[in-house]
Amino acid sequence: MATTIHPPGAKEIRDLRPSNTSGNGGRRDRVPAGSELRAVQEYAPPPASTGVWVFVAGVSMTFAALTSALVVRKGGALDWRHVTLPSILYLNTLVLLASSVTLEISRCHVAAFMGGVKATTGNPARWLYATLSLGMLFLAGQYIAWRQLSAQGLYLATNPSSSFFYVFTAAHALHLLGGLFAMGRVIRKLNEHVLSRATLDATAHYWHFMDVLWIYLLVLLWMKL
Amino acid sequence: MHDMSAPAHAAQAPTGFLSKHVFSLDHKVIGKQYYGLALLAAIIGMFLSWVMRIHLGWTSFAIPGLHFLSKNGAPGDVMTPEYYLQLMTMHGTIMVFFVLTTAPFAAFGNFFLPIQVGAEDMPFPHFNMMSFWITFVSFVVMVSSFFVADGPTLGGWTQYAPLSAMGSVTGPGQGLGVVLWASSIAIFCIGQLLGSLNFITTTLDMRTKGMSLWRMPLTTWAWFITSIMGLTAFAVLMPACILLILDHVAGTSFFVPSNLVVNDQLQPHSGGSTLLWQHLFWFFGHPEVYIAIVPAMGIVSHILMANIRRPLLSHRILVYSMGAVAVLSYMVYGHHMFVSGMNPISSIAFSFPTLIITIPATIIVLIWLGSLYGARMRLNTACLFSLGMISMFITGGISGFFLAQPSLDIMLHATYFVVGHFHFVMAVSAMFGIFAGTYFWFPKMYGRMMNDTLGKIHFWLTFVGAYCIFMPFHYLGLASNVRRYQAFVDDYLQPLIPVHRFITVAAIATGLVQLIFLYNLIHSRFWGKPAPDNPWEATSLEWSTSSPPPFDNFGGKLPVVYHDPYQYGIEGSTGDYVMQTDPQQIQTQGDEA
Repeated sequence: MATTIHPPGAKEIRDLRPSNTSGNGGRRDRVPAGSELRAVQEYAPPPASTGVWVFVAGVSMTFAALTSALVVRKGGALDWRHVTLPSILYLNTLVLLASSVTLEISRCHVAAFMGGVKATTGNPARWLYATLSLGMLFLAGQYIAWRQLSAQGLYLATNPSSSFFYVFTAAHALHLLGGLFAMGRVIRKLNEHVLSRATLDATAHYWHFMDVLWIYLLVLLWMKL
Repeated sequence: MHDMSAPAHAAQAPTGFLSKHVFSLDHKVIGKQYYGLALLAAIIGMFLSWVMRIHLGWTSFAIPGLHFLSKNGAPGDVMTPEYYLQLMTMHGTIMVFFVLTTAPFAAFGNFFLPIQVGAEDMPFPHFNMMSFWITFVSFVVMVSSFFVADGPTLGGWTQYAPLSAMGSVTGPGQGLGVVLWASSIAIFCIGQLLGSLNFITTTLDMRTKGMSLWRMPLTTWAWFITSIMGLTAFAVLMPACILLILDHVAGTSFFVPSNLVVNDQLQPHSGGSTLLWQHLFWFFGHPEVYIAIVPAMGIVSHILMANIRRPLLSHRILVYSMGAVAVLSYMVYGHHMFVSGMNPISSIAFSFPTLIITIPATIIVLIWLGSLYGARMRLNTACLFSLGMISMFITGGISGFFLAQPSLDIMLHATYFVVGHFHFVMAVSAMFGIFAGTYFWFPKMYGRMMNDTLGKIHFWLTFVGAYCIFMPFHYLGLASNVRRYQAFVDDYLQPLIPVHRFITVAAIATGLVQLIFLYNLIHSRFWGKPAPDNPWEATSLEWSTSSPPPFDNFGGKLPVVYHDPYQYGIEGSTGDYVMQTDPQQIQTQGDEA
């Protein structure tokens, strides 16, 4: 099989493969003759952006596994007892939704600040502090929900529905706690003027995912428990 | 302020012993640490298999020194039946998790993935460091179960409920042993998730200029596909292990049904589903075995090309096939549960994709075999182990056809036929892939060549030895030899005991042969011949940098990629190949632009 080398002036390329081979050996992805380097996408997204979605995929699989465990455990079980969700959970949901709102507001403020726009009033981090506070308020509310449930005599091992309530809410709370640490890191970096947009965006995406996940869990627990 | 996260090596190389060799952020050091962990785990796992095999051949034999490991488990150095099951459980767990998942994926992947895509390091080096140390902690927790009062758990690496979920009433090691096992595995899952995060992000975002996805080597593709499997599979195993721990320590009943009487005691649990554990476990478990073998497929493909000096028949189809295997792996897990009591219609639903998955796997094998046809091979040790891996994989794959059919699996389930199948197709194949990778990449990792003569002796003795050990397993299984038995007292099993003794002798002999490998490894590390940058005349990016690579992989200047890594059999400036970084532009007649 003849081969040609480019640029001109170089010696003829010899194909050294044995002549009894068939096909072209699956040769692909050659640099086109006489052309520029193959155009490869120069821009790659910041790793933090990709990384957060990879992490979200993993967390989603964990909660999918727990959901299927719930469905299987409930199906045909004679010991399943309905659990009325503590009403504070609905208030907690509003708190978490509010934290997503404050997070979006803070992103606008931080973006303006990072873009060099003179700050209108106050510290650009204050809306981030608000988000952090609402997140902590949510966790406190979850703890109160647990106390309310245990006041009714429903503990982790009382019956399978209460078990799943505690497991789901604890798993979500642990992941939200991780989100709080990430938020704290963002605030620290902002105060030290070393915050990158990718870090803020990644943290924000994760936080909103925690929001969406909580709404999913609330509906799931309300329907199934 | 900039948008991109700063790469790890924007700063200088670390100084100080701890930050250089222990808590290193350098992916190369982390890869070597994983390799060392896998090596230690393999030695322990092999030792466990020896002790198991001696007991199987000579049940009342007193193995000298065994009572030091467990006074209760081996009084007078004679293994109790329960202790056999405990050792068997630890053998399987340690080998599957800490050798087969760790070495081909975490060890070689961590070392070479960033270099093969032309990056200075992975994007989250702190997570990477944490992933190793979390895995190490997981290993310590697992091994610690040997030293607790009752010993390790005895329920097999699969830990089926309700045996695994009811506590110490079901046997020694079933209390604290199970909690330690499940905790260790849950910790292991976290480590692997952090590792997968780095692998996926590196592959997608950290490729150097000119490195399109289709210009990545097959090893990079294999690690990328494996990391996606790892992300999704380990994320399911972790909550399963947590639910199992809760059944033990918190009195819940996720997996334990009602009205169970064990040792004349009515168990307090109620309502749980034993099949739930199997579904959760095998949803992880089947992708796990592909996590073990897909990196080895990539490694073998990569090494074969460099040694047959021409491209494989089709690289894209090989990548698509590895991807198809990965996707299908989630649909086949029920073939481990054909006789579990689940709906037989489900068995058909799982059997069909199990047979379908043989198609991409066979395509991969045929691409290998077809590429070998007419090739002038450089038969160095790495190439031999690659060929050996193909042989082992074909052998193991053939027995899979039988097990994929529920009607046959009714007979073969829980016999030695299954044990022979998975040892060939997963364990020995991946081990040969690990050996191939070691002999191929040792010069790059340590700057020294391994002794090829010793390597060839190691290969031939291991190859023959592995067949001597595991081929008879198929015969035993067809003769209805049940697995996970510590002794064979039934009449119909007596004629098979000489076969077991033969296997035991072969196992110990083959294990001793590995001392040649260990000697070669250690001797070459310190006194091996210095290695050139590209001893195998290979094309991918790891061979364009020095042996070993500098701290930031490329000496401060990231490579620019002009070619795919399949440019073998073409006269280039350095020989019959063109490296990915060579700016020579080449076109072949009849080729796609």
